[in-house]
Amino acid sequence: MENYGYSKFQMIALVGLRLLIGWHFLYEGVVKLLNPNWSSVGYLMGAQGPFAGLFHGIGENATMLGISDFVIIWSMIFIGLALIFGFLLKPAAVIGMFLLALFYLAYPPFPGIEIDAPAEGSYIIVNKNLIELFALMVVMAFPTAQYYGIERFFVKSASVPVTN
Amino acid sequence: MSEQQDKKGFTRRDLIKGLVGLPIVGGLFAAASARYSSDNKVKETILSELNINAVAPPSSGPMSGDAIRLGLIGFGIRGKQLMRALGFADKEWKESMAAAAAKNSNDSRLKDFVEQENLNVQIRGVCDVFDTYAEMAVETGTVDGNKPIRYRTYEEMIAAPDIDAIVIAAPDHWHAPMAMAAARAGKHVYVEKPMTHNLSETYELYNTIHETGVVLQVGHQHRQTQSFLTAIDAINKGVLGHISLIQTNTNRNDDNGAWQYDIHEAANPQTVDWSQFLGNAPEIPYNAEHFFRWRKWWEYGTGLSGDLLTHDFDRINCLLKMGIPKTVVASGGVYTHNDGRDVPDVFQVVMEYPDFFIGSSQEKGKEKGMTFMYSATLGNQYDRGTILMGHDATMELGNSMTVYADPRSSRYADWLKNNLVSEGVPLYTYNPQAKGLDGVTSATARYFADKGLLFTYRDGKRVDSTHLHMREWLSCIRNGGKPSCSIEEGFQEAIAAHMGTLSLKTGRRVEWDASARRVVGFENEEIDNILVSTGKIAV
Repeated sequence: MENYGYSKFQMIALVGLRLLIGWHFLYEGVVKLLNPNWSSVGYLMGAQGPFAGLFHGIGENATMLGISDFVIIWSMIFIGLALIFGFLLKPAAVIGMFLLALFYLAYPPFPGIEIDAPAEGSYIIVNKNLIELFALMVVMAFPTAQYYGIERFFVKSASVPVTN
Repeated sequence: MSEQQDKKGFTRRDLIKGLVGLPIVGGLFAAASARYSSDNKVKETILSELNINAVAPPSSGPMSGDAIRLGLIGFGIRGKQLMRALGFADKEWKESMAAAAAKNSNDSRLKDFVEQENLNVQIRGVCDVFDTYAEMAVETGTVDGNKPIRYRTYEEMIAAPDIDAIVIAAPDHWHAPMAMAAARAGKHVYVEKPMTHNLSETYELYNTIHETGVVLQVGHQHRQTQSFLTAIDAINKGVLGHISLIQTNTNRNDDNGAWQYDIHEAANPQTVDWSQFLGNAPEIPYNAEHFFRWRKWWEYGTGLSGDLLTHDFDRINCLLKMGIPKTVVASGGVYTHNDGRDVPDVFQVVMEYPDFFIGSSQEKGKEKGMTFMYSATLGNQYDRGTILMGHDATMELGNSMTVYADPRSSRYADWLKNNLVSEGVPLYTYNPQAKGLDGVTSATARYFADKGLLFTYRDGKRVDSTHLHMREWLSCIRNGGKPSCSIEEGFQEAIAAHMGTLSLKTGRRVEWDASARRVVGFENEEIDNILVSTGKIAV
């Protein structure tokens, strides 16, 4: 099995990052799934900044809101499982980055935009959503699922002869 | 090498590396379920102990059958709002709302109006002493071939045989005379707050409504707010413990909020029936400012006491049914809009209820009595919130409701000790906008819960509370029953407000004799004269 030329240390760092982001997504999805009262309406209606109108529009429309709740829960669970198990990593990373971009734009930490939702830190331009977005980009750019993950089986059964 | 291989050629190392995610997901679910079950246990403990029923108010009865034929008096700011609540919007408003919606897609005022339920009413008559408004009212009320008749006087309109009920949105000094005339003619009455302008007519209107048996509703639409029923249930179940202090307030900081309304350019002695406007007010020459901004003078208005205190008094009276206070002390002055007005723009009232008691978590006899406080300024709009302060918890009440345990509570002492509840995190929140109720919520959820206070909710949908209030009145006319702000509640509201003004103007503590049903130490006529007398209050 190839190691993509990663050193052991690089592999630990990359797989570790992938698993941690996966954990974060999966838990956020599961928590929402388990809470029958959860809805994205509060988050959407509180959106600030240049795209606030779009988010408010979704929040105010019952059909759109239902779709939004469903998509958020299940895409988070899918992304979480994909990152942790190591399958369909690229589509999962792309969807995850898209979601994070939406979260970033809903409450953009731009100068002049007052985000009056409670935050646990101080942010300007860069916040944890943006950092996680780029961390996902790293996970996508440096694939590890074929080494640590279910994708290993597909790669191996398709092309790698068992010789050792 | 010695590694074993399965049939597909995977080594044990392949399996371990390929399924690296399995223990991680297992760990996550174990941690999540531990957390979830402990959170749920806390939540269930709290919810089952508090046992609050978060229910929506029952809908008023059907609007079917013949249309109720209405006559409207007054098509000023409030008259236009009442007509919209009934389903009739003037052209100007519709145009401005369409423009607002085009500019801001979140502005759903026009959409909410269009989606409002049809109340099955006809506007058969309108009456406004200003020609322009009267003509607008006719145009607005004209629907499906029914064109309302413009009556020159309210007496003529009340006498019309094809009118079943009267909606009164005239200045305060006209509320009682018009309501009494309508009731005597057997017409049902929706009258704006305050119900009356002076003390004597409060008694007279009370007796007239009881004698005639017509359905009267006073315009306190707050009674339709969905969170209130849940709040009543929580209070009755002792969630707050003994309530000793209630804080209500008004905070506004703009000319409109200070009754400095626009003066219509078409108004002049030819287009305004000035003597009819004056009614029982002192005879003075035509004065456009008095006509459009009548709330600023005692001859026509009731000041902050009748105008805005009544809303807060009635909101709390709806929760606690505490009725007329034993004593009232008030003070205030013209401090923010020194523009020739008589009525104060900063005003504080303290009402005492020494016998108030609805339960206690402490030893018998320790707690009894409550103070209701109202504080208003028209020079600052910081929202101070409506707060009910009990020994066990504090309730903040708006369209949503939030309860915080008091750190020194007797009832929640064990929970506080075991960190099941803590200061700053709500013990209970109720937000009709959300999908359901939540026993323990985070600071973030609390933040979102408190947004958006203009409307109330039915089945999660935003509805104009005035529409619901008028619907309830119409349902009582059609299907029987007692409206939520009937003559009884209106009587309490009016007396409490007049006691406030009397204290303000005399500088005395005003006392109510509950058994004699009268204000102690004054003749009724004397009080009437003080209430409507002109001139600034002495500070």
